[in-house]
Formats: sequence, C-alpha cells, structure tokens
Amino acid sequence: MIEILVTTDKLIPQSSLDAVADPSAGGTTQFIGTVRNQTKGKKVLKLEFEAYVPMAEKEMQKIAEEVEKRWNALHVSMHHHVGTLEVGEIPVVISVATSHRKAAFEACQYAIDTLKETVPIWKKEYFEDGEVWVAAHP
Amino acid sequence: MNLTLIAYGIAKDILKGSESTFSIKGQPTIGDIKAKLIADHPAFAELQSLKFAVNQDYQSDDFKVSENDEIVIIPPVSGG
Repeated sequence: MIEILVTTDKLIPQSSLDAVADPSAGGTTQFIGTVRNQTKGKKVLKLEFEAYVPMAEKEMQKIAEEVEKRWNALHVSMHHHVGTLEVGEIPVVISVATSHRKAAFEACQYAIDTLKETVPIWKKEYFEDGEVWVAAHP
Repeated sequence: MNLTLIAYGIAKDILKGSESTFSIKGQPTIGDIKAKLIADHPAFAELQSLKFAVNQDYQSDDFKVSENDEIVIIPPVSGG
C-alpha cells in the first residue's frame, strides 16, 4: 500500500506509521525531517515550503512504487508539508515497512534522497537579514 | 503559438509573477522555450539547474510542446 500526502496541515509522524502498520512486517523505518535552527552559522527564523502539488504527488508516488518494487516493501508512506514552519517543526515524514530490517533502512534512505532530487517542492529560508531560495544558485 | 509558463519558487521571483505568457514561432521544443526564457530573463542562466515539466512530467530539451500543454518552469528543487 502506498500513501502520499502533500498538505498544509501539521504532519503527525504517528499517522504515517499507522499507515504502514502490518503484521507481516519485520521492521519499519521512519525518517522525520525537522527545521534546523541555522544554516552555515546563520540563524534561521523560519522556512516556507511551496509545491507544484499535483506533480509533487506524482513524483512521490513514483518513488514509493520504486521502493515497493526494489526492496519488496510492504507499505510506503510519504508526507510533505507546504506552508510556513518554525525551527523544530516537521516538513517531511517517510515510513517504510518491510519483512526484514536491512531493506527498511535502505529503502527509507532512497526515498528521502530521491525526494530531495526530483520532487517539485521549494523551500525559502528566512534569516535576520534576508531570505533565500535554498539550492537555487551554485 | 502562444504559451503560458507557470512559475514556482525562485522562478516566480524572477518573472515577478506566477505566470508568463509569450508567443513563439511554430511548434517549439523545451529547448526553444528555455533559450527564449533565458534571453528575456538572464537571471535564469544563473540557477544551479533549470528544468521543465509538461503536463506534470519532466521533459528534456528536444520535447515538442502543444498548444494546451501545462508547462511549468522547475528551478532547483529543495524539498525535504
């Protein structure tokens, strides 16, 4: 089962875990991304996430399908927030349930790494002296 | 052909709006659109990458667009 969610609501890691619960799972991994308080020593005030929602959902679905196929995952849940977040809040949650633990770790890592490369979501960092779209420039 | 490009993230800042409409000869490719966009707005050349999605899928430079396609400028993504 695949669960994809792009939402302006606050992300609840437990709800993503509940979505992948399965009695035949031997292990479940969960990645929780959180807003860090600094970037290269500069204090971060808040982050703002923007998404091209229909394509973001489609690209996340592709990642989840690849995870199911390549690691034989039982269930995959990927949640991403859009809107403004403060330090410590959660922009992304990924949960993967598999029969054996090794696959769960690898699959979850693949899912977050690929999300960062392909899913059309953008974040802007707000500092005390200005704001910047992350990774936009070399 | 008249085209409307949809912009997100830094692309929206460069275009000063979430849409940009222009006309271009014949049936352009993504490569043609990219060249025109950079010529009109040189700031696009300074980005780490510049991709395009047509009807919610990434397409490469040789892809030909059609009149009613949904064309979205995809500046470097930074989700997660």
